[in-house]
Amino acid sequence: MNETLRRFLFLPDQASTFASQVDHLHYFVILTTFVMSTAVGLTAILFFILYRRRSETQTTPHIEPAPLLEAAFVIVPLSFFLLWWVIGYRTSIELATPPADAMDVYVQGKKWMWKFAYPGGPNAVNVLRVPSGRPVRLLMTSRDVIHSFYVPEFRVKQDVIPGRYSQIWFNATAPGRYQILCAEYCGAGHSIMRGEVIVLKAEEYEDWVSAQHRGLATKQDGPPTALDFAPPLGNLVDQGRRLAQEQGCVKCHSVDGSQHIGPTWLDLYGRREKLSDGRIITVDEGYITESMMDPFAKIVDGFKPVMPSFANKLAGPEVAAIVEYIKSLQSDAVRTGPSEGPAYAPVRGR
Amino acid sequence: MRQSEEDREKLGAPPAHESYLTDGTTVMSWLNTRDHKRVGVMFLVAVVFFLFLGGVFALAIRMKLLYPGPFLFDALTYNRLFTLHGVTMIFLFMIPAIPSAFGNFVLPLMIGARDVAFPRLNLASFYVYLAGAVLAVWAMVHGGADTGWTFYTPYSTTTPTMLFPLLLGVFIIGFSSIMTGINFIVTVHTLRAPGIGWMRVPLFVWGIYATSVIQVLATPVLGLTVLLVALERVLGFGIFDPARGGDPVLFQHFFWFYSHPAVYIMVLPAMGVISECVATFSRKNPFGYKAIAFSSLGIAFVGFFTWGHHLFVAGQSVFDNGVFGVLSMFVGIFTAVKVFNWVGTMYRGAISFKTPFAYICGFLFLLVFGGMTGVALATVALDVHWHDTYFVVAHFHFIMVGAVIMGFLAALHYWFPKMFGRTYHEGWGLVAASLIILGFNATFIPQFLLGNNGMPRRYYQYPEHFQALNVASTAGATLLGFGFIIIFIYLVIALRWGPRCEQNPWRSKGFEWLTPSPPPTHNFDKIPHITQDPHDYRTHAPSGVYTDV
Amino acid sequence: MSEAAALPPGEHLVHGTDPHLAHHFSSLERQVDASRLGMWLFLSTEVLLFAGLFTGYAVYRYSFPVAFAASARTSEIWAGTLNTIVLITSSLTVALAIHFVRAGRQRAAVVCLAITLFFALAFLGIKAIEYTAHFHEHQLPGRYYRFEGVRLPGAEMYWALYFLMTGLHGLHVVIGMTVLAVIAWRTAHGYYSAHYYVGIELAGLYWHLVDLIWIFLYPLLYLI
Repeated sequence: MNETLRRFLFLPDQASTFASQVDHLHYFVILTTFVMSTAVGLTAILFFILYRRRSETQTTPHIEPAPLLEAAFVIVPLSFFLLWWVIGYRTSIELATPPADAMDVYVQGKKWMWKFAYPGGPNAVNVLRVPSGRPVRLLMTSRDVIHSFYVPEFRVKQDVIPGRYSQIWFNATAPGRYQILCAEYCGAGHSIMRGEVIVLKAEEYEDWVSAQHRGLATKQDGPPTALDFAPPLGNLVDQGRRLAQEQGCVKCHSVDGSQHIGPTWLDLYGRREKLSDGRIITVDEGYITESMMDPFAKIVDGFKPVMPSFANKLAGPEVAAIVEYIKSLQSDAVRTGPSEGPAYAPVRGR
Repeated sequence: MRQSEEDREKLGAPPAHESYLTDGTTVMSWLNTRDHKRVGVMFLVAVVFFLFLGGVFALAIRMKLLYPGPFLFDALTYNRLFTLHGVTMIFLFMIPAIPSAFGNFVLPLMIGARDVAFPRLNLASFYVYLAGAVLAVWAMVHGGADTGWTFYTPYSTTTPTMLFPLLLGVFIIGFSSIMTGINFIVTVHTLRAPGIGWMRVPLFVWGIYATSVIQVLATPVLGLTVLLVALERVLGFGIFDPARGGDPVLFQHFFWFYSHPAVYIMVLPAMGVISECVATFSRKNPFGYKAIAFSSLGIAFVGFFTWGHHLFVAGQSVFDNGVFGVLSMFVGIFTAVKVFNWVGTMYRGAISFKTPFAYICGFLFLLVFGGMTGVALATVALDVHWHDTYFVVAHFHFIMVGAVIMGFLAALHYWFPKMFGRTYHEGWGLVAASLIILGFNATFIPQFLLGNNGMPRRYYQYPEHFQALNVASTAGATLLGFGFIIIFIYLVIALRWGPRCEQNPWRSKGFEWLTPSPPPTHNFDKIPHITQDPHDYRTHAPSGVYTDV
Repeated sequence: MSEAAALPPGEHLVHGTDPHLAHHFSSLERQVDASRLGMWLFLSTEVLLFAGLFTGYAVYRYSFPVAFAASARTSEIWAGTLNTIVLITSSLTVALAIHFVRAGRQRAAVVCLAITLFFALAFLGIKAIEYTAHFHEHQLPGRYYRFEGVRLPGAEMYWALYFLMTGLHGLHVVIGMTVLAVIAWRTAHGYYSAHYYVGIELAGLYWHLVDLIWIFLYPLLYLI
């Protein structure tokens, strides 16, 4: 029954725990819709057959509906609609509430690709590998415009918005390869902003992760990075702190607000900086990244252009980790920057 | 002719007057007219042109989608085309189509008024619309924009295409919408003929009235929103720019606060047309007149509190999702009440299957199916899968475009004799109606399935397994195109050579048929005193008598 | 039911006799009613236009409470207060103009309208002084913000909203002045009288709305 209806309605395979749940509501709703629109159509045809115009001068009786009938017109559809809503809303609450043992993956959308970073694990472009049978939470943000992360087989979708994090979770049930599509229009490459989720069996996934850590299978998704070899380490902020020491960032940048060779990182994120050419900029992810890659592009007024470029020294997730570390260095409780979506804290007590 | 003479004699009306069509035949007499009927006809010509333009864009899009890969033109052209299709169809065709063209023409006739309350404002509304349209078309010719008609930030604030003049055009057209809305509300309040109390106002007028309320209250917010985007593009104010602390999702709230009620701006007048046509062609009083009238107001009211259902996956809180979901269902309830009452109107009537009735049937199917899929979309969980896919595209083409097109064509055929005093070829009318209804379903039912299958909207290239349904959809669109061409041909022929008709060819008891067809310049030499409810088919007695006023 | 049916007592048909009466209205009273209703509807669109900006203000004030409070403290309170007094007084003079024209004293009405125009000019003048100061201090919206006094994220958003709100309001003041000038000219030339003065009334309504919006802007932008 499920399979017949699914094929009849052209629904893709059901590859997550939501999929069958959502589809059952789907069948219920669509079948009711079919029945109702057919019933209305048939009634109209029936009335046409019964009450054809006999003569051009025909008169008709004046009929007012009984109040009870009008009430039925309201109550019958309303009860159906509310029933749908109750079922659908419950599912959607579930969809918005990742379980506590979910595995986190950071997602960054940009024109026109998806980047995935596993905390303490490898990074990837356009390919997301996840184990089956285990909830996965995606923490997503965008570098430029709004994108939307969509995997039809999982029946999940979430907008990826610049300046804030959004989250989504799923529990893939069937190993296989599923297309990731961008569902929010984002420009010329919108339709080719596609990625792939590869759902692996739990043990295959573990193998892949350790292979990544050994640097064996890294050619597929990008060169190995320092992070790939290090033992998994806390969240991005912790990684960032460690990297900042390893790479020598903190030799010039203080983290406590004191003056040094470079601007202090304390409260750096969101600060307005005056540049040597007189422009004022707001320090955001873009500026921090640019300063690491091309330090001389925008020199803060009062500092000398002495910083080396880290363009070929840091990989994508390492940059992200350092950026996250800098963002975490805020001196007071006053909220700066735009409002964030869901909580950024990892769900497990890492 | 004989019939209308008899009618007039019975009414004690003076002999036929010069019709509004012949009262001044120079170009200036049209361009400088204060006559609501002429303004209505000018709007009609303009919206038909933009329907054609939007249709050409649509067909170009459908042709490209025959193949999954790059085909015919590049991605940027494709993105511009769907933007222009949306902007043209929504702002230049659907929003003014029924209220500004047919509303202008028949609303004063229906309430026994000699004109709308502010005739000069009415003409100004037309020229403001034209100015906005010219600006929008100019922007289209000089590069066009590629944001989609929704102008979502931050894409719209960063795209290098010609968005500014397009936004300005939309802003200006908003004024036209507001002017028409204010005019209609005041007209209905102050210019009803003696005997037309609030519970005798024809249902089409109720539909237009509810529409006007939305136009007046929602359009300023759109104006402000496009202004903010335009300023952001030119001056970089940063209201929606996350780099400056702005919130791009705030734009979506602002935008949908207008654009969701705007759906009802489009569909409520169509519902009004259907209410009139159903009564006329069933020769029955509207079943549940009050229910239909108040549900129009209900939709207008609740429509203001449902915009959040466009943001279910945009990071809105779970609580908001639930509230907006359940509020959206109430629109469904009001619509359901209308549908049941329209079908009820047919009960024990005397139904004659003329062209407008064919469109009623099409309308009912599209509205019920489109409406219920809308309620389905409001259940949040299903929307997560359907959001921004072709399912949504098909849904709003059914409920919004389908309803407006069916209502527009029903109105065009129903009031064609009223407007021009001639009749069209009934046989061709039915052929074209079947083609249109068939073509419409053939175009959009595959799109429902495409959405189920997971094809996102605004895709230039698509994975190959979506191709079969896309080809089916394009085939349907071609059928739809042929239907429109047939209508255009036989109506133009009818305009010039069609047989002249009597005053009331449908023998309708709608109040607008109390004047000659086409009506004289000032509609009524004497204002009729209405003595019956609209569409009272118990007797043949005319629904009004001419008083000395 | 039939309130539209029977003409109210006292209303009589004056077609052809009154130059103000349009052909499609049955009486001047009804025509004036229509104009008033139209104006109120127009005012509602104005309210919703500003409502968007007020919503934006609320949202960003919630996001950046400290920056907004700090920025509001750097605005010229004396100017805002003075402008509030100026505008409220000008509302009074408009009301007086309607009062006088009702009493048949067109001359007094024209004088009142002229005073209103003067106050409106004064308002714009004070606003211009303020704007100049802001430009000198680089208290400007978005990317132009370079004010040294407040360097908190969100400060530029305050100024974006400040200029949007006062700018749009200023535009309304200019439109209102144009309308009032036309009305004053027409009154001076005897177009309006105790018998027919709806134009002055509507212009007055519009002016009161402009005033009212300022009364909301003043605390939001200067005081809190």
